[in-house]
Amino acid sequence: MSASSIFVILISAIFVNNFVLSRFLGICPFLGVSKKVETSLGMGMAVTFVMTMASIITFVAQRFILDLLGIQYMQTIVFILVIASLVQLVEMVIQKTSPVLYQSLGVYLPLITTNCAVLGLTILNIQNEYNLVETIFHAIGAAIGFTLAIVLFAAIRERLELVDIPVEFKGFPIALITAGLMSLAFMGFAGLV
Amino acid sequence: MKLSKIFSRGLVMDNPVFIQALGMCPILAVTNTAFNSFGMGMATTSVLLGSNIVISLLRKFIPSKIRIPCFIVVIATFVTMVGMILEAYFPALNQALGIFIPLIVVNCLILGRAESFASKNSTVGSITDALGMGLGFTGALVLLGIVREVIGFGTVFDMQLFGDSFEPMALMTMAPGAFMALGVLMAVFNRIVYARLK
Repeated sequence: MSASSIFVILISAIFVNNFVLSRFLGICPFLGVSKKVETSLGMGMAVTFVMTMASIITFVAQRFILDLLGIQYMQTIVFILVIASLVQLVEMVIQKTSPVLYQSLGVYLPLITTNCAVLGLTILNIQNEYNLVETIFHAIGAAIGFTLAIVLFAAIRERLELVDIPVEFKGFPIALITAGLMSLAFMGFAGLV
Repeated sequence: MKLSKIFSRGLVMDNPVFIQALGMCPILAVTNTAFNSFGMGMATTSVLLGSNIVISLLRKFIPSKIRIPCFIVVIATFVTMVGMILEAYFPALNQALGIFIPLIVVNCLILGRAESFASKNSTVGSITDALGMGLGFTGALVLLGIVREVIGFGTVFDMQLFGDSFEPMALMTMAPGAFMALGVLMAVFNRIVYARLK
């Protein structure tokens, strides 16, 4: 493992295999919480924190519990429980230590449990057989990619609100078509790594 | 509410895909062919059916404060079972759906039905609800799968539709095509529903 391989993992997770726009993970918050730039930035920060923590904990759980006991088929149940309790824990800690941060992130935290980008990331880490350092950088890259996509998308949607379009396209349909165009733009990164 | 009404609600007026926009990740990710869409729809419907039955049976015993983790454990159990069945009997489909099989756990549709329907209603009602919503989900997935497969490969369920002169539009099988096809289908569905409401 070298510095360059970590750089490749990071760049490919942010741009080439962007979690939202090319892997289709985390679409629900991408469409649901992207009406304003500030809120989507808050969501991105909360997701970044949970993704990194969850990746480390599930890595340990896979190596020292599931592999050791030979019960890999319990992966889905164990991972989702780790994520759910982690989100709960993060919520309690932030509430006690930083009420200001809790005010801005509070509402998004419970939503992260059912964000498939987090569970997807932890499963991909195991499937790609990453070691701990690679896992952490993959998580950071995925989280930056998610935040980048959702903030860019929110900026476009703020303007879409005012555009004159057929009533059938209002809301989700036009948002999806916009996401399609963004995804097309992100395909331009394909040759990068 | 009458059972027939519960059932038909999921199919059209409360369609989980076109109206509620729930469970978007698998909708976009696995609908590049009609067959994959059908497999995903069936897998999700079986999980939804199983979890709705168990949660409606246990609804009086689950304390309301920890209900969400309880629901998730029930759902994850059924997802693991479905994953094992697919691995054993449909290895090719399992390969095509890949990571999106374990991700059925976090499909908002299933947790949403558990929270808003199965935890408050009888078992018979919950079974009907699961079938209606599951079939509405499967139908929408297959529809999207057919549109993408026809334009992207020129086939339907692997049957060749056009002659050799047909140039498939490969973009439709990739990520941007998924977003745009679903956006347009949703607008068409909205048009139909609006017309019926008037």
